Amino acid sequence: MKILAVCGLGQGTSLILRMTIESVLKELGVEAEVEHMDVSSAKGMHPDFIVTSKELADTMEESGGAPAPVVIVNNYFDEKEVFAAVKSMLG
Amino acid sequence: MNFLTADLLHFHFFAESPQAAIKESGRLLVNAGMAEPSYVSAMLASFRDNGPYFVIAPGIAIAHARPEDGSLGSAVSLVTLKKPVVFGCVANDPVSVVFGLSSYSGEEHIQALKKIVVFVNSTSVEDILKIENVKELAILKGELS
Repeated sequence: MKILAVCGLGQGTSLILRMTIESVLKELGVEAEVEHMDVSSAKGMHPDFIVTSKELADTMEESGGAPAPVVIVNNYFDEKEVFAAVKSMLG
Repeated sequence: MNFLTADLLHFHFFAESPQAAIKESGRLLVNAGMAEPSYVSAMLASFRDNGPYFVIAPGIAIAHARPEDGSLGSAVSLVTLKKPVVFGCVANDPVSVVFGLSSYSGEEHIQALKKIVVFVNSTSVEDILKIENVKELAILKGELS
């Protein structure tokens, strides 16, 4: 499984999100590869799903749609919120 | 890596706009020799082009640009705002804590981000806003008791 954490520049906040996702995956006992990148690079990727902010989800939607299902996280530090978001995508 | 050192702090700054708050977090990085002025322009351009996505928790923004925009080293500044400012991020507005991040490549950059995560998770926006000086920050960071 491949998960993408997406932010505007692919340098800072997506890396924080990736760290929280990785810690949540450990908790869930799920093996997955998590990558972080900026919104335009993300368009060419084919992950199982994308985790990002509401603003960037809208940006992807407006510019032709995201390349994979998107789940929105508002608080990148909140393990509970990220846990719920990731779990909802695992089915 | 310089993480919230004395020269990278401005408590109770009055910002009339998101741009003013971002600029101040960048000015601290430039003054501390951790970024070129061009880096601050790039921080503002990112806000203009990508929106307020970097407001990543209620009340908290992490303003930054790319390493190639003029970062001179890995560093994190902190600006607390006297009056919260609306950045346009519906879920997390208004912002009262702005971290300025000089993204430098490599392991130091990851360590800087980890330090922000540990710091934010160990405290609250309310407590960060109460900080008046370096000593109180050190106490909050758990370095002094």
